[in-house]
Amino acid sequence: MRQALTLVNRLGGLWLLVGLAAVLVLPWYKLPPPDTGGGASLLGSALTEALAGRWWLLPPVLAMLAFAGLRLGRGERWPAHAAVPWLAGAAAILYLGQAFGIGLRGPAIDGIAQAMPAAALGQPGLGVGGFALGIALTGIIADSLAMRGFCRGERFAANAVIFVITLLTLFVFFPILRLGSAALFTPDGVFQPGLFVTRFTAPDLWGLDCLVGDRKCGVVINTLILGILSGLCSTALGLALALIVARTGFRFKGALRAISILPIITPPFVVGVAIIVLFGRTGVVTGWLDLLFDIPRTRWVYGLPGILLAQVLAFAPITFLVLLGTVEAINPTLEEASKTLGAKPFATFRTVTWPLLRPGLAAAFLLAFIESLADFGNPIVLGGGYDVLSIRIFFAVVGARYDLGNAAVLAIILLTLTLSAFWLQTRWLGKKSYVTVTGKSDAGLSAPLPDPLKAAVYLAVIPWILFTLGVYAIVVIGGFVTDVARFDLAPTLRHLSTAFAFEFGQFGLQLYGSAWDSLQTTVLVSAIAAPLTTAIGILTAYLIARQNFAGKGAFEFGTMLSFAIPGTVVGVSYVAAFNVPPVDITGTMAILVICFMFRNMPVGMRAGIAALSQIDRSMEEASQTMGANGFATLRTVVLPLIRPAIFTSMVYAFVTAMTAVSAVIFLVSARHNMATAYIMGRVENGEYPLAIAYSAVLMIIMIVCIAIIQLLVGRRQLGRRSEMHKPPAALPAE
Amino acid sequence: MIRAIAMSGLAAAALLGTSGAVNAQSGELVLYCAADEGICRLLSETFQRETGINVLMTRKSSGETYAQLKAEEGQPRGDVWWGGTGDPHLQAAQEGLTSVYESPMLDQLQDWAVRQAETADYRTVGVYAGALGFGYNTDLIDPASENAPKCWADLLDEAYRDEIQVANPNSSGTSYTMLATLVQLMGEDEAFAYLAALDDNIAQYTSSGSAPIRAAGTGETTIGIVFMHDAVTQAVSGSPIQVVAPCEGTGYEVGSMSLIEGGPNPENARLFYDWVLTPEAQELGAQANSFQVPSNMNAATPEESPNLEDILLIDYDFALYGSSDERSRLLSRWDQEIGSR
Repeated sequence: MRQALTLVNRLGGLWLLVGLAAVLVLPWYKLPPPDTGGGASLLGSALTEALAGRWWLLPPVLAMLAFAGLRLGRGERWPAHAAVPWLAGAAAILYLGQAFGIGLRGPAIDGIAQAMPAAALGQPGLGVGGFALGIALTGIIADSLAMRGFCRGERFAANAVIFVITLLTLFVFFPILRLGSAALFTPDGVFQPGLFVTRFTAPDLWGLDCLVGDRKCGVVINTLILGILSGLCSTALGLALALIVARTGFRFKGALRAISILPIITPPFVVGVAIIVLFGRTGVVTGWLDLLFDIPRTRWVYGLPGILLAQVLAFAPITFLVLLGTVEAINPTLEEASKTLGAKPFATFRTVTWPLLRPGLAAAFLLAFIESLADFGNPIVLGGGYDVLSIRIFFAVVGARYDLGNAAVLAIILLTLTLSAFWLQTRWLGKKSYVTVTGKSDAGLSAPLPDPLKAAVYLAVIPWILFTLGVYAIVVIGGFVTDVARFDLAPTLRHLSTAFAFEFGQFGLQLYGSAWDSLQTTVLVSAIAAPLTTAIGILTAYLIARQNFAGKGAFEFGTMLSFAIPGTVVGVSYVAAFNVPPVDITGTMAILVICFMFRNMPVGMRAGIAALSQIDRSMEEASQTMGANGFATLRTVVLPLIRPAIFTSMVYAFVTAMTAVSAVIFLVSARHNMATAYIMGRVENGEYPLAIAYSAVLMIIMIVCIAIIQLLVGRRQLGRRSEMHKPPAALPAE
Repeated sequence: MIRAIAMSGLAAAALLGTSGAVNAQSGELVLYCAADEGICRLLSETFQRETGINVLMTRKSSGETYAQLKAEEGQPRGDVWWGGTGDPHLQAAQEGLTSVYESPMLDQLQDWAVRQAETADYRTVGVYAGALGFGYNTDLIDPASENAPKCWADLLDEAYRDEIQVANPNSSGTSYTMLATLVQLMGEDEAFAYLAALDDNIAQYTSSGSAPIRAAGTGETTIGIVFMHDAVTQAVSGSPIQVVAPCEGTGYEVGSMSLIEGGPNPENARLFYDWVLTPEAQELGAQANSFQVPSNMNAATPEESPNLEDILLIDYDFALYGSSDERSRLLSRWDQEIGSR
């Protein structure tokens, strides 16, 4: 292996070999392009296609040949030559220019066709060769920059930085820009910038009528009302849960922690469906209330109250984890001091504990607010007449009037709201100091809650526990009885067999159930996406925490951006960007994997940065002093020390890939359907038992897979210390 | 690590390059099915068994399918679009998203199916028909009582406040058919006045066209406005549903099929197109609990299907109400006057 590596380096480095293969041998296009009449092209590589009349493919070929010449003339350190970055840059610009300038149906500008007649035929999307050349050019640019002092001349770091930036540009910024430009076009594709203002100021977006009159509010106002209410309720409930766990003698703390993890592995829609089954007009609870107390059956659950209920159920565990950290970090000596000075328990809570909780409360509120803005599954099931932005975006694209421009404007509004909340969050937490964990002794005992507060906390938490248990009872039972919605509780495996029937016939195992395809795709995509997401997330964390390079701040912001973008926006922008050449990948499994990678990498990155900040650099410096390069240090020193972060990232990436719906709904295809998209179709059709049965199966798979990941990643060994248990990171913007 | 990046990069490139190329394989058919899941699955399985062509089927609503065609205009991924109300098919035909094909089966088809094809210059064809109506839950309304709803006008009764569901016409072809039907039946201003009055009784505008009748079946709502064959499906599967053909007359849909222009497997697409118009294929509907009237004259209509001859049908102007301009105009008026109420 080492010899092969040395050989590759002697031949001029991997990037040169990849680049030469890309232009000389590998097929440039994903499909054979239209015949130019200039002779059949044997390999379909850039060189033969260029000779057959596609002259615009010649510059990259010439550039690679020039690099090969340099290698022959200059030896192994050829990328250090002053001309290399310029030449590679020019080749990259021409490469991108031809890719975007000449589309599937011909050139974007008429002049090109006159200069090169073959361009009028158009060209299909890039294939293996086309992508490989992009990789090679990026690598050569990174190498040449490293030899000019970028990243202190560390080749590995320079390559990693440049590649991560390239990937973020291609899969985060480019789709958003493409979507933004769609906001300026009419549905027929006519450029009309004024339309943006018309769409942006449409009265059904900003109307405030519901506050003063009896008409409906605009959709943006609706979204904000829901977000604020959801944020407040989730934060209050999260605080109550945190106080119970940290400050009372509540007996079932372990169970509480376990319950609070459930919503994270719950597929979308199923909570909404369970709420309908419980509280709908013919719901189980509604029926009892009618029977026992003569409370009339109503349809209150459809609309704001129902969505709010479902969201609070889902988000309270997240706020709970955030606030538990805050509550536990409060130094009890401060409260003891207050008590010693004669303050009553409630006064102590109000003047000491509460102020110290505030940053945690703000963080929890904003997190729930952002989640609520991006939520898609609950509003679509329980929305009734209550319209929110994520749903409106969905119907602007899939509704009876396809209007990508309008969807783009709505997406921009939603993105602005989310980013503002993110910005507020970082501002708020960045400025003030709430340090209470210091080196000084904190041997005090934390004060028990004042009695009235304790009563209030129990009053909030006990209904929540009952409610959660009720919802999950429906999930457990619903899939295995005839029809839980009509309260027909005869046990049956009919729903399971509709979804997952199989037989051992003469051809071996045969799968007949309607859900097999989507289940296989989902597990496969999640299994591919989880390690890739973790790899890029941890690599990025390493770069941000350990390397210094120009533009690091912008780099960090860019990685967080992909986290802030709501899923519906990502889905729409991917359709807008990747359905046409050059990067023509809609309808493939790759687009699903890529979508998950870039949406979920920030969590791994955050976990990685946090873990790295606990590890002294001196160990890595020792490794490098002893002659290890950047990669060897990362692999042998850093990675084993940050195993908990890797575990968090893997589990998170896997679970979100299994349960995400808002982005995926636009990207699934006949060949690659995902479980959540299948479930959504069943829910829309009212086939609740099937949806519930499938969700239960998915949850079991997730639990098993999390256990497997735990086994694979293993635990880090830190001397004889036992490992601290870390709470999982927050959920993404769905 | 550079090696690792390179290998993963190359692997990614290979994945990107090859996964696209697989689409062009022969022996496959990508079917966009906009009818009920049951019939969609049965059709694709039967065709696959008879021809050995591997059918990749996605089920979406007709609005979603139209949107997908539009989004994939640069590079279509689907071959055939089967089912769903005719209007989006006509709109797609008008925009050139679907291709011209005159099937040899045309002379076996009912008039309304051929007329659908002629309206679209043979870019689409009728595969089934069904009349619009509504269904109510017989546990909540006694069908024997005099007050049981029989007409459109009866739905305005105050007794049904928040008891009626219908789909949102922006997402559902069913609901757009209702909008166009009422406009033709009453006149445009009167139709919107009716819809505004009806809005007081509507509990929820659903996104799926057949969802209202399922809600009525479980008792979540009392009345669902849907295509009558969807109501029959519910009744047949044991829900307490009474199907009603409105006394003033009603419109109907011509469920259609189109070949997608530039699809990856044009030959298989034509094979499917001709096959699905045969009496044998059309009779599969009843097996999958789909009770539409088939378009092939030789295909037997399921017994349970609402008989089109017994229903007062309006002379539905598919050309006008299927055109994108009229559609957009009616839908934005609906958004302004009803949707934002």
